[in-house]
Amino acid sequence: MIRVQPEDFDVGHEIALLTRGNNSIGGVACFIGLVRDLAGEQAIGAMTLEHYPGMTERELARIEDEALRRWPAVVASLIVHRHGRLQPGDRIVLVATASAHRAAAFEACAFLVDYLKTKAPFWKQEETPEGARWVAADARDDDAAKRWTTD
Amino acid sequence: MERNIRMKLLYFAWIRSKIGVAEEHLDLPSDVTDVAGLVAWLKARGPRYADALASPKALRVAVNQTYVGWDHPVRAQDEIALFPPVTGG
Repeated sequence: MIRVQPEDFDVGHEIALLTRGNNSIGGVACFIGLVRDLAGEQAIGAMTLEHYPGMTERELARIEDEALRRWPAVVASLIVHRHGRLQPGDRIVLVATASAHRAAAFEACAFLVDYLKTKAPFWKQEETPEGARWVAADARDDDAAKRWTTD
Repeated sequence: MERNIRMKLLYFAWIRSKIGVAEEHLDLPSDVTDVAGLVAWLKARGPRYADALASPKALRVAVNQTYVGWDHPVRAQDEIALFPPVTGG
């Protein structure tokens, strides 16, 4: 399941919904991304997440399909990604994967986070004391995504 | 008679800021047939475009909401988005 929204989400509620009615699930792995108050040495007041409506949902669905193809043991998954203006400490993204045993859930969750960071069309603009600035892509994110490349 | 191609162009993040608009519909010359040709043609439209699109490494392109390479064809009615590397998550 994919959701892109400006509103916050309740992690406990989302996980309860994800697993409800499926007692074959033995574990849920989840990642929650938060807004930091520092980027390097720079203090961040707030940030605004811009995205590409339409392509964002398509790309997240494509990434989720790929995870479910690679880890057939994952029986339920959820990506919730926020956009708009966020403050330090706010939740940005939730990725959750559920399976009978933990290995598939952990791996699929890490795969989804790595791929969405390099493929989903979101851009962060940070507010600093010197003015607004666009966050530059981090080569470490590309390296993290590459470890899942099989060919 | 020259037949023009009309398409929807979308710009995001600092590419949008530099060009100064988020979306535009342009009639393109018939000799623009692929992404590389489109970017070259846009860069020649003015200094804002030339600045925004100066670095090919900092440019990602999606045609009809799917990532494509520089040799991908562009056609009438396509939705073409130009944006920098993504920074979500």
